Amino acid sequence: MTDAKTQIEETVKANDVVLYMKGTKSMPQCGFSSRVAGVLNFMGVDYADVNVLTDDAIRQGIKDYSDWPTIPQLYVKGEFVGGCDIITEMTLSGELDTLFDENGVAYDKDAADKIREANA
Amino acid sequence: MPMHAQEIEDLIRAALPDAKITVEGDDGVHFSAEVIDESFRGMNRVQQQRAVYAALKGKMDGPNGDLHALALTTKAPD
Repeated sequence: MTDAKTQIEETVKANDVVLYMKGTKSMPQCGFSSRVAGVLNFMGVDYADVNVLTDDAIRQGIKDYSDWPTIPQLYVKGEFVGGCDIITEMTLSGELDTLFDENGVAYDKDAADKIREANA
Repeated sequence: MPMHAQEIEDLIRAALPDAKITVEGDDGVHFSAEVIDESFRGMNRVQQQRAVYAALKGKMDGPNGDLHALALTTKAPD
């Protein structure tokens, strides 16, 4: 097991919600990362952000870990949920709410509804 | 090397011959694609999109990958 994989496993197990992204939740450095972080921020989700731009081993390691070629990547309770397109679709369809409900992740339901209203 | 929408469609078509494929965008590195295929039925979105990424055979890989961004929509036919 590589160091990067060990580190990733520890991070996704230690935090209920983790976003691997380019930049940070307060300063995203890519439009796709920004979109997912923006949704989570707006919904008031408590999540850990990992900036892959500061660590090449993690940047490649997270792609190998999930067998997924792009970043951002969202993990809930250690499980890979998806990238930007999937999270966007799940937000608009309400599936993300369901996923959070099922996993006991706190979020602002009214804010989630507002996102859907704005994109209806 | 920049790619053309047709190359992306051809790669996806090779893996999913009966899929309905719509590729848009032509700046060479940023594309969006919608792929509708019967084989997606019963798969979640992650599994569906992994199948498409697999068809692209590493074109998405790494900072030097040919494709920087591919906005994907996948589903089974209604």
